[in-house]
Amino acid sequence: MHTPSPVETSWPDAIYRHLQRCGVRQVGYVPDAGHSRLIALCRSDPNIADVVLTTEEEGVGLVAGAALGGQRAALLMQSSGVGNCINMFSLLRNCGFGCVVLVTMRGEFGEFNPWQVPMGAITEQTLRLAGFLTYRIDDADDVDEVVGAGCDMAFGGDLAVALLLSQRLIGRKQWTK
Amino acid sequence: MIDRRDFVRQLLIDRRDLLVVSGLGAATYDVAAAGDHPLNFYLWGAMGGTAMIGLGLALAQPQRRVAVITGDGDMLMGLGSLATIGVKQPDNLVIVVLDNAHYGETGMQPSHTKAGIDLVATARACRFKEAHAVTRIEDAAAVRALLHGGKGPILVSARIKEEDVPRVLPLRDGHAIKQRFIAALDPARA
Repeated sequence: MHTPSPVETSWPDAIYRHLQRCGVRQVGYVPDAGHSRLIALCRSDPNIADVVLTTEEEGVGLVAGAALGGQRAALLMQSSGVGNCINMFSLLRNCGFGCVVLVTMRGEFGEFNPWQVPMGAITEQTLRLAGFLTYRIDDADDVDEVVGAGCDMAFGGDLAVALLLSQRLIGRKQWTK
Repeated sequence: MIDRRDFVRQLLIDRRDLLVVSGLGAATYDVAAAGDHPLNFYLWGAMGGTAMIGLGLALAQPQRRVAVITGDGDMLMGLGSLATIGVKQPDNLVIVVLDNAHYGETGMQPSHTKAGIDLVATARACRFKEAHAVTRIEDAAAVRALLHGGKGPILVSARIKEEDVPRVLPLRDGHAIKQRFIAALDPARA
């Protein structure tokens, strides 16, 4: 039985601290098991408007609207959600809106469900084609530094930055109950 | 049925500090025809995203009024965003759908509203505070009053004539539209 070390279970807290540090005021998400702790942290923060979306592409519009209004926003999604956003990402590129997307990866390390694989296998390439800088994180020890750097690039330079949290980092989905 | 240009012009008379997001195609041309303004965020693409841009803006600027002016095609593509807006209940957001029941930009093919799909009922089901269908140009003054003072979220569907009107093309450079908007809203950020 693998027991997660403290650093492994605290990576969502590290992300949350960077959202706080950068003054993120809106967080859009489609509920996701990998992001469940980060979602709970955002929902309990009175300074963050948590916006539950019906599809991830709504979040791209949310980011643009927030930026027009002077607020920073971040998006949390699963790799499958990246595919739902592709045309809407043109908004970021056309107007130069900064954007941080935290992507929990499915369809890779130890994936049980083959239906997750086709989108998971092209998530990073898709993001790059859409104009994102992508940074993949495989080790929980790297979350703090990489997420911090990504947030600074996105919000400091109005760039689209995607941080890919690998399935190995998040942990395999448990199918036995 | 309503003349779209006259209707939008009347909505935006004496607009004060109203923030406007316009959906791609004819709605953007209508808003431009009413008079170019730095607090217009014109969309030329991102179909389906107009209402969500309005939500992000309304949440970021709770003291300002936000109007989303768009067409039935764009609203139908972003139908889920009505549910998302219904969850957040922004009291400063009003969506005006210019509904001609057709996709005007692509050759006037009938849209879902032509078949009776009801955006007003959908907005009510999504917990919008008010949702109205209007069919007369005389209703423009009442809709304008909602833009400036109604407790949102509100959706108004205006049944406009099924006609092709001349295009009035505003700024098309997305960076310029964004920067102009931000500078007008908060010069310190520009």
